[in-house]
Amino acid sequence: MDIKDVEKLAELAKIELSEDEKKGILKDMDGILEYVKVIEKVEVPDIEPEYKIKNVWREDKTETREFSKDIITEQFPDSQDGFLKVKKIL
Amino acid sequence: MIDLKNLTIEKAHESLVRGDFTCKELSEAYLKVISEKNKEINAYLEIYDDVISQAENAQKKFTDGTATILTGIPFAIKDNILIEGRIASAGSKILENYKASYDATVIKDLKKVGAVFLGRTNMDEFAMGSSTQTSAFGVTRNPIDTSRVPGGSSGGSAAALAGDMALAALGTETCGSVREPSAFCGLVGLKPTYGAVSREGIIAMGNSLDQVSPFGKCVRDTEIIFNLLSRYDKEDSTSVSEDLRRGYLRKNEGLSFVKNKIGVPWHLFKEGVDAEVLENFKQSLEKFKKAGYEIIDIELPHAQYSLAAYYIIMPAEVSTNLSRFDGIRYGYSEKEVQNLKEVYMKSRAKGFGREARRRILLGTYVLSHGYYDAYYNKALKVREKIREEVVDAFKNVDFILTPTVPITAFKLGEKLDDPVAMYLCDIFSAPANLAGVPSIALPSGISSIGLPFSIQFMAPHFQENTLFEVGKKFEEIR
Repeated sequence: MDIKDVEKLAELAKIELSEDEKKGILKDMDGILEYVKVIEKVEVPDIEPEYKIKNVWREDKTETREFSKDIITEQFPDSQDGFLKVKKIL
Repeated sequence: MIDLKNLTIEKAHESLVRGDFTCKELSEAYLKVISEKNKEINAYLEIYDDVISQAENAQKKFTDGTATILTGIPFAIKDNILIEGRIASAGSKILENYKASYDATVIKDLKKVGAVFLGRTNMDEFAMGSSTQTSAFGVTRNPIDTSRVPGGSSGGSAAALAGDMALAALGTETCGSVREPSAFCGLVGLKPTYGAVSREGIIAMGNSLDQVSPFGKCVRDTEIIFNLLSRYDKEDSTSVSEDLRRGYLRKNEGLSFVKNKIGVPWHLFKEGVDAEVLENFKQSLEKFKKAGYEIIDIELPHAQYSLAAYYIIMPAEVSTNLSRFDGIRYGYSEKEVQNLKEVYMKSRAKGFGREARRRILLGTYVLSHGYYDAYYNKALKVREKIREEVVDAFKNVDFILTPTVPITAFKLGEKLDDPVAMYLCDIFSAPANLAGVPSIALPSGISSIGLPFSIQFMAPHFQENTLFEVGKKFEEIR
């Protein structure tokens, strides 16, 4: 991994990093990847993990929820007429 | 004066029934200790302003005869468990002022029985850490030795309980975040079977691993809390249905009737374990032998890869989970920006601490094109293999026993600059979280410099009852 990879990851993850932070992260990542890369050499049969899968979707009908709308809306960083306000997208 | 040091949930309940003291007096006793100690320990980030009225409401249950064993019991709650109208910051600046808009299922259940919430406790940021040093709101100190860490990530809850600043505490585990602080603070910590306790209303780190987990001063205390919280919850899609739970229990009925076979995977700790910790572990084994338990050597060949698999799977889930914190709907939002992308980039830059960023980027990496198969998919396969091995081992033994942590509580400031050294604190925790089986950490003695030792048992899925049984036995013989 090099500094360009860190920049690419930060861009994908939408986190701005200073030059110093990039260097720090690069060093940390090298150490962690060194530790986890052992996984590449482990021999396991090519089986798909077997999960006991079962449908947990609920029926598609409206149900009342106990969420507090007031608490949700009062936390909007920016709002107008009770709506969440965001920066221009286009 | 209430003797808080020796108080347990059962003893407190008996006293409340007899009227030796009231719910209010009990809560006040804890508030007094908190006011004396919390400044130094920093177990709590906030003490709730309605503790006394919660206690008075609980008292009514004793008057009208609806009180149960947890009524009026003062709890410390980890800062990533939602309580409606209360701040839940997950130890992060990005959620510093976030107010929960609903109660977590575990909170609903505790409110129903009249448990009292004293406050929310400090934790590693987003539960990422093993020492409660990555919190955005300062470190928590270990009440047994304040120059040392309490463990983490649920270090605030552990310190509150160990420091007599609460009678019970809830933490959460993704990989050892309750058992490891239990070990460092001399407490009992139970990591329930994955899917036993609802995750609804818990700020997620690794969804396939997270479980709400109780701390107790004794095994019985964690049992009481677990028995209340363990139930199917339709709001959590990974909550295990009552049918499946019965199925697991039936399956285990076919296994041995007397639970006395302890498997020890020696090969996992041939090295890297502190000499005193290992000696204490061997002494604990001797005590079980004397008490009639059979100790059997077992092999879990793939378990040695547990922590490596964990540090691929967990960051992958983290990078997905933490993408919701973007400065748009709630939480920290950077104001000095020109466009939408800058809101994301700068809010997340200023809101997340170093460990959170590390794990987000690592997760993004292992999930990215070109590495997905080599890392993430491979780790899932290894995880499945580990699960199989653990489940198979239980065909021959009733329990798997290891030390809880390879070391005792370390000094504040240690391991902060070396992420892998910090991660290794949870090397024995990982198999239970990856396999989804329950595990309990039990105090097993005191080191030459006064620090607690701990051993941990694993049992088959939904066999918490056998963990409580063997745990209580150990309390008699240790």
